[in-house]
Amino acid sequence: MSGVGALFLRDLRLVWRRPGDVAVVLAFFVVATVLFPLGIGPETNLLARIAAGILWCAALFASLLSLDHLFAADYEDGSLDLLLLAPWPLELAALAKCAAHWAVTGLPLAILAPLLGVAFGLDDRSLLVLALTLLVGTPALSLIGGLAAALTLGARRGGALLALLALPLCVPTLIFGASAIEASATGEGFMVHLAILGALALVSLATLPWAIAAALRQAGE
Amino acid sequence: MTTALLDVSGLSCRRGGRRVFDSLSFSVAGGELLALTGRNGSGKTTLLRAIALLVPAQAGQVRWQGEDVRADREAWCRRLAWLGHQEGLKGDLTVAENIAVAERLRGHVPEPARLQAALLAFDLDRLAHRPVRTLSAGQRRRAALARVVASQAPLWLLDEPLNALDAAARAALEAALSTHLAAGGLAIAATHAPLAGARALELA
Repeated sequence: MSGVGALFLRDLRLVWRRPGDVAVVLAFFVVATVLFPLGIGPETNLLARIAAGILWCAALFASLLSLDHLFAADYEDGSLDLLLLAPWPLELAALAKCAAHWAVTGLPLAILAPLLGVAFGLDDRSLLVLALTLLVGTPALSLIGGLAAALTLGARRGGALLALLALPLCVPTLIFGASAIEASATGEGFMVHLAILGALALVSLATLPWAIAAALRQAGE
Repeated sequence: MTTALLDVSGLSCRRGGRRVFDSLSFSVAGGELLALTGRNGSGKTTLLRAIALLVPAQAGQVRWQGEDVRADREAWCRRLAWLGHQEGLKGDLTVAENIAVAERLRGHVPEPARLQAALLAFDLDRLAHRPVRTLSAGQRRRAALARVVASQAPLWLLDEPLNALDAAARAALEAALSTHLAAGGLAIAATHAPLAGARALELA
């Protein structure tokens, strides 16, 4: 297990040495979401209704923005060979890298989103639901994005291809994440949506590390 | 002749439909250094990667002490130290951090004394706390070689280890290699320049 922990901590330390990379992602999230109230105008009801969808879409784009480097950096500097040659399963390495990605993007996005929700006139309960859905849903985004990043290793225009691959796969997470807030607002209760989000994250957790590891082995050949 | 630890028999590799090498057989005994020579594109790197199981072989076997290494990939990885074309160092980490992380990735707890000895072997003690991105190509190569020395793996696979090394660093590598071989270790190096004490294997 110590190798997996070391990889997770290494990736966190690399982010810590270059805080700008994460700052750009979070700044993109803030700027992209704040543009909507400015563009649409002060229609509080309309804004509150579309807030969940906008915040979730922006979180999805922001999370994709930082995925370019997830495996590409290791691929380019030869560290990927060391991961392929580590005496423990590559699936765990894939998981450790996605977990580190989530810790520096998904987690801060979930914390930041309720603050931005205020600008859309969301009530307190909706803000809480928004943070919860992002907390439960973003791990799936990191894993799906990780798969796309691993599949596009070495490809030209990998970034655009990555988004094309990952976005359709993120649709279920997006739908249930955004609709949970609406369900909560109409008094339907959001637990079902949250449970489905959790299930999507768990299914990703149980399957995608294997797919990512297979893609990485292919890239290493 | 001592008994061979590493046995390669009938190894064949194809890449993109093109034959890289066919039915290649050789063996390496403890304390032996094998230098892979041959023109550019003759398959030196592919052979090293095939031995490390990074590239699948179409036919043939790699055996360690008589056992097919594919039977237990993790045990095989524990026996290998790898130096590729790229150093496998993180630019934002210092030399010492890079070596310590690589040790942890191999499942070892880094021993400070061993890391220090590896750094000293390549005259890196003054560079130990410099981020790798600030180093020159030769210094980076030395840091990667120090990583190989620190691993204490019995088999070193080195792809062009002499690249970018100056005369002093070259001597340091040859000294590290002879210590490794004297302790019963093996090394296979793909190289263009001759390496002292190496048995050459020319790839056509």
